[in-house]
Amino acid sequence: MQFAADINIMPIKEILDPQGKAVKLGLHNLGIDQVDDVRIGKHITIRLEAADAEAAEEKVKIACEKLLANLIMEEFSFEVHPVQ
Amino acid sequence: MKFGVVVFPGSNCDDDTVFALQHNLGQEVVKLWHKDHDLQGCDFVILPGGFSYGDYLRTGAIARFSPLMNEVIEHANRGGYVMGICNGFQILVEAGLLPGVLLRNLSQKYVCKNIHLLPQSKAASLTSSLESRAYTIPIAHGDGRYFTDADGLKKLNDNDQVLFRYCDADGNISDEANPNGSLDSIAGIANAGFNVFGMMPHPERASDEALGNADGRIILEQLVGVLV
Repeated sequence: MQFAADINIMPIKEILDPQGKAVKLGLHNLGIDQVDDVRIGKHITIRLEAADAEAAEEKVKIACEKLLANLIMEEFSFEVHPVQ
Repeated sequence: MKFGVVVFPGSNCDDDTVFALQHNLGQEVVKLWHKDHDLQGCDFVILPGGFSYGDYLRTGAIARFSPLMNEVIEHANRGGYVMGICNGFQILVEAGLLPGVLLRNLSQKYVCKNIHLLPQSKAASLTSSLESRAYTIPIAHGDGRYFTDADGLKKLNDNDQVLFRYCDADGNISDEANPNGSLDSIAGIANAGFNVFGMMPHPERASDEALGNADGRIILEQLVGVLV
């Protein structure tokens, strides 16, 4: 069965995100000065074969922990759903 | 003693490193292809600078899973010497052979210029016999901001694992002399066993008089001294 995973990877809160900080300045320059925090991460979509949703989630979790995210500086979350 | 320089797709300081070791230091050097599974009897493995796998995902993250890295990790775990310069340092932290991580420079810019380094560790063979003065060495990186958590930093300091800190021309460590926002001005570290080294600056790019700066050669000579 084919599954799709939507993965979000974000810098952990303890780490200063200079990219987000620069974009916040840009938003202020745009006139949206209510913005008080911007953080920038990555969104990764993958498709994979797995017996069921649980097996797919297990594989995606390993992919995140071992390669897609570096847990010293990033945290991840994801959702897995079957592809019709 | 035999040096091996690992070539990943996107490495671009491999030839500079081979030249410095072979031509400037008179050492035996071979290049090691990342897809092989053989260190060819090398005593000292160097992961050179560059943009392995295009720096995709995170710097060093994909190179860390290159086939030869299994042998490099085994070599390090047996106490064998491994050094990563710039992208090589990034690969070593991704591989877990060195603690911490290298984040995007605080300036968000790629920085390519000469900086100054103050040798720190008296416990690491790479730095223990260097003079306590500012060494001029080039850097060329976009992701060189060393980071580790508070516990990690305490361990590095308590165990004397910090190899180099960024400083000014007079050897003063300050935020102004820190080119990338690195934690505690850290430019290079060793592992707890002092057989794995990582540094962002490029000593191999300052190892020949023809380049107008041979401070890097003095640092690379420590590598040779390590095994003698």
